Amino acid sequence: MKKWFEPIATAWVGIATHKLRSFLTILGIVIGVAAVISLMSIGKGATADILSRIGNLGSDLVTIYPGASTFGGVRSAAGSVQNLTQEDAAAIAAQVANIDYVAPTYSTRLQLVVGGENMNSQVTGVPPEYQEIQNLKMTTGTFFSDYEYQRGAKVVILGSSVKETLFGEANPIGQQIRMGGNIVRVTGVLESKGAMWGSPDEAILIPLTAMQQMVAQPRTAQGERVISSIALTVSDEEKAEQVVEEITSLLRTRHRLGPNVDDDFRIISMQEIAEAVTEATGTMTLLLGAIAAISLLVGGIGVMNIMLVSVLERTREIGIRKALGAKEHDIWIQFLIEAAFLTLAGGIVGVIIGWLVSYFVDRMEVMSTVVTADIVVLAVSVSVGIGLFFGFYPAWSASRLDPIEALRSE
Amino acid sequence: MGKRELTVLRGVSLNIERGELVAIMGPSGSGKSTMLNLIGCLDRPTSGSYYLDDREVSHLNSGELAEIRGKKIGFVFQTFNLLPRLSAVANVELGMRYAGGGNHRRALEALERVGLAERANHRPTELSGGEMQRVAIARALVKNPPLILADEPTGNLDSRSGEEIISILTSLHAEQDVTLVMITHDANIAHHCQRIIHLKDGEVVEEERV
Repeated sequence: MKKWFEPIATAWVGIATHKLRSFLTILGIVIGVAAVISLMSIGKGATADILSRIGNLGSDLVTIYPGASTFGGVRSAAGSVQNLTQEDAAAIAAQVANIDYVAPTYSTRLQLVVGGENMNSQVTGVPPEYQEIQNLKMTTGTFFSDYEYQRGAKVVILGSSVKETLFGEANPIGQQIRMGGNIVRVTGVLESKGAMWGSPDEAILIPLTAMQQMVAQPRTAQGERVISSIALTVSDEEKAEQVVEEITSLLRTRHRLGPNVDDDFRIISMQEIAEAVTEATGTMTLLLGAIAAISLLVGGIGVMNIMLVSVLERTREIGIRKALGAKEHDIWIQFLIEAAFLTLAGGIVGVIIGWLVSYFVDRMEVMSTVVTADIVVLAVSVSVGIGLFFGFYPAWSASRLDPIEALRSE
Repeated sequence: MGKRELTVLRGVSLNIERGELVAIMGPSGSGKSTMLNLIGCLDRPTSGSYYLDDREVSHLNSGELAEIRGKKIGFVFQTFNLLPRLSAVANVELGMRYAGGGNHRRALEALERVGLAERANHRPTELSGGEMQRVAIARALVKNPPLILADEPTGNLDSRSGEEIISILTSLHAEQDVTLVMITHDANIAHHCQRIIHLKDGEVVEEERV
């Protein structure tokens, strides 16, 4: 037998002799590691879910909203001022680099009548570029064309939930809707992107030009046409931050804001939201992991308890080994390896169980889960570390036994 | 250390030559075991000195003493002290473990020398007392130590097994240049030795050449 192998073989004999006890000892570690693995995988899965939804909305998307007005130190709600204009959008398109599309939008609530149904809904006027910007796909029909936009065609595109509410299973294409005092024709239905903030499922889109004919669009003191938001896409996601900065300075100039005045608009980039979400869910995942790690700690204390019993029980064996020439570190290493061996086994079994749990959670479509290699490596090495940490004292006390007294013990 | 100090051996001056076969006798409490523990480097004297192979070892630390035990000293105990979970041959191998590493072939040879080769894979619980003591002797001699210490090696055995054990030990001594120190109560066994040291109340009361 090779010299390095002997302590491992000895540790194995020690563990195999007390199979049930060894199993119960590692149970705490098994449960702890399984909990860490499954909870972390659920956390990571949730993060990936949210990020992919954000990606669906367009990770290159930047949206500008009118900001809050500050009057005499009193700050009103966001969007309470009407200072974002169609002319701002045109200026951004003309002057800021690294932008693909710019779409000014104007939303207002209108009375909709379909058959006997009567409802009050938010309708948004958009240019045709809006489809590209929001990455909108159609289930049926088509988005309105440049030509329809130019002449202010009274056509409407419905979000999937809206279509469901208004028409149920029926085909809505070509159907007419009374909108305010006008009749509009349905030409398309959007694909669902899942319910979340900013989802187009609830959208009712018409050409902005048609909107302008149907309702009186407010104007600013300078005579510019007020809009609800500006949506744009950056050509290079890396440059999103720079684009946001350029737009900020352009809009501040256009809105004649002095150096000490807050912005009267808000710019939100999906990039930023994605980062914020990643950070928030990352913290959640870590928290879940930390809670699970407490059970690992409890498991470690169990290992220490059993190791102390084991040392007590094998006092005579320790005495014999010492009489045969074992040094303190020989005994110390023997028990330390035994403890690390136990918790390593617990860690491996725990990884398998945790992986199975997250696999079935994923299969049952409760939540999507992601088991990553780094969590597995972390969990296994932490469990070995726990063995070494909690085995340290029992192994040390074994190594310090006096050989004569140890030999005398029964 | 909070324990009462007890003087067990007093003014003992003893010289054992290389290759000698010595018996230590005396009533219980006379200090025989303490003497053997000192000779075997399991214990250190509170005062006085002990030279082993011309080296003063009474002031060495526990690690250095363990090293000496591993290399130079083989123990045979009254209660055999085999590890119950290991086979006979694995127990013998354990004798080499802390003296440079185990070796299966040498362990089998040692078992052969005590006439137990065919029981190599039996566990101690499957062996008789005499067989267990023979395994213990094999464990002590497998690393070829210059000194073997036996603490009442026949104390737990019937007289026939006891005689076997003594003949193994004496023939071992005769064949090899090994120093053998043995505690015994049995005067017949002591008379197989070259010298008998009688202890009483921690003092050598008589030395007798056989």
